[in-house]
Amino acid sequence: MKFLPMTLLVAAVALSACTNPNRFGNDDALAGAGNPVGGTALGSVVPGSANDPASPAYFNQTLGDRVLFEVDQSGLTAVGRATLDGQAGWLLTNADYQAVIEGHADEQGTREYNLALGARRANSAREYLLSKGVPAERLRVVSYGKERPIEICSNEACYAKNRRAVTVLAGGQSS
Amino acid sequence: MKYLSICLALLCAVTLTSGAQAQQGPLRITIEEGIIQPLPFAVPDFQAETGEAGQLASDLARVIAADLQGTGVFREIPASAFIAQYSDFNAGVQFSDWKAINAQALVTGAVSVTGNNVNVKFRVFDVVSGTNLGEGLQFSGTTDGWRRMAHKVADEVYSRITGEGGYFDSRVVYVSETGPKDDRKKRLAIMDYDGANVSFLTDSSALVLAPRFSPTGDRVLYTSYETGFPRIYVLDVGSVQRRVLQSGDGTMSFAPRFSPSGRTVVFSISQGGNTDIYTMDIATGQSVRLTNTPAIETAPSFSPDGTQIVFESDRSGSPQLYIMSAGGGEARRISFGDGRYGTPVWSPRGDLVAFTKQNAGRFHIGVMRTDGSEERLLTASFLDEGPTWSPNGRVIMFTRETQGEGGASSLYSVDITGRVLRQVSTPEGGSDPSWSPLQQ
Repeated sequence: MKFLPMTLLVAAVALSACTNPNRFGNDDALAGAGNPVGGTALGSVVPGSANDPASPAYFNQTLGDRVLFEVDQSGLTAVGRATLDGQAGWLLTNADYQAVIEGHADEQGTREYNLALGARRANSAREYLLSKGVPAERLRVVSYGKERPIEICSNEACYAKNRRAVTVLAGGQSS
Repeated sequence: MKYLSICLALLCAVTLTSGAQAQQGPLRITIEEGIIQPLPFAVPDFQAETGEAGQLASDLARVIAADLQGTGVFREIPASAFIAQYSDFNAGVQFSDWKAINAQALVTGAVSVTGNNVNVKFRVFDVVSGTNLGEGLQFSGTTDGWRRMAHKVADEVYSRITGEGGYFDSRVVYVSETGPKDDRKKRLAIMDYDGANVSFLTDSSALVLAPRFSPTGDRVLYTSYETGFPRIYVLDVGSVQRRVLQSGDGTMSFAPRFSPSGRTVVFSISQGGNTDIYTMDIATGQSVRLTNTPAIETAPSFSPDGTQIVFESDRSGSPQLYIMSAGGGEARRISFGDGRYGTPVWSPRGDLVAFTKQNAGRFHIGVMRTDGSEERLLTASFLDEGPTWSPNGRVIMFTRETQGEGGASSLYSVDITGRVLRQVSTPEGGSDPSWSPLQQ
């Protein structure tokens, strides 16, 4: 972000060569000078990298592929809704992608209840994306309950990251 | 899987000379809550009637002793304390020698091996009164089934002294686990109740959860992610063949259990973020929805007579236990204590429900009566969950997971008095045990 002018120049050059313009393409990128998308790249845009707005890596890392939940809750937070706004925009632009939304719980709870809770969380994210216009047939949900933690400590610092719904892209041109 | 045929036969009545007959009732220990003085018993190595039977003669006695000792109801007197030298199954018993070391029960036996066949005979004695406790029995089977024969002897001894059914000749299906918490590999495994004879029923290519035995122990229901979504499968234990129980596309199904008839499965379906309970006829695939609320309804378990289902629901705002008719409809709440309740399992006797309770940062395995009264917590740890009943309703096996980065799951058992807690040895980590009925 501190090197905005150079970033934008390089990004504009790279994007102008892109054969798959989208809402994060040239115009948006330039217009976004006051609010650079993700504020990521400091160097050239490598196609497929996290600063190539058409790439899954951009979706996963720059927009953010996951939303987090409070203890025992499946309601979306303000941060979660903002993340999903970004996901919805990307999915609408990149219409050849589908997604499976994976719902997860922390380890505090029984296996069965956490499966059901993970399903609620994945569904919350799905419903929000649907409300933003993403077609239902492109979004499936699966719950892993507490079976797939990404953080393994047994305290809230880890639990907070494990209570999540992750939008996992599938399809796209390369597949 | 190999099946073992075990013949049971009464031994010819052998009159044993004994000293003075004590004038008292037969040896009997009544299993009551918290009052047990373990009953001292002795199991000398069996007599080897053939040359090849030497090792078995000792091994059988060790397994029988371990079964009995493991109940907490009995206490083994070690061979080093013995005065009498036991060597002849048909010779009279010198009760005074066993009384002198305070043995109250004595189990003697003999074993012969012919080729691949084993024949085991045993007797149980009430040392105090100097009498036989029931008739002598003999079993025959194959050498690779010798542990089952030991378990059958121990079940007989347990039954004769407690007046209750045994549970040693039984198996447990569970999830065998390896790897760290964030890369855990799981596969189904089956073993004897004491952890012996482990074999694997699936590989770990897909996540598998919560296997459940059929009422006759011939099939196992479980949840697998092999399609990428949780689906219920039924696996034949003998052939290890499996098939998926169909459910609609776009749904997730999990938490299955058999009905007492073995013809119906009760389970949960999650659809649109909502989880409800259904039954399905295994043969026809026809399903019936039993609950229909926006709450989470899962972990259903039939009563032994098949007329009712206990399950968990968060319709009150937190997970609690409820009972409804096997056809659905109104449910009555049975859990009212502090905390969150889950995974209720109806006992085979029908009198109790075992459950997982989460309260104040700890997990417990507990039992309550089916009307919710007399709640008792049997365990406490960072994470205990998923109880399963022994065939006689006296012992509960469950999953215990340890805390932190190195956290791992293992199987534990606890008797319903809560006094006898022990880890069940498995070659890898273990979770989600399901106890079979007594084998036939």
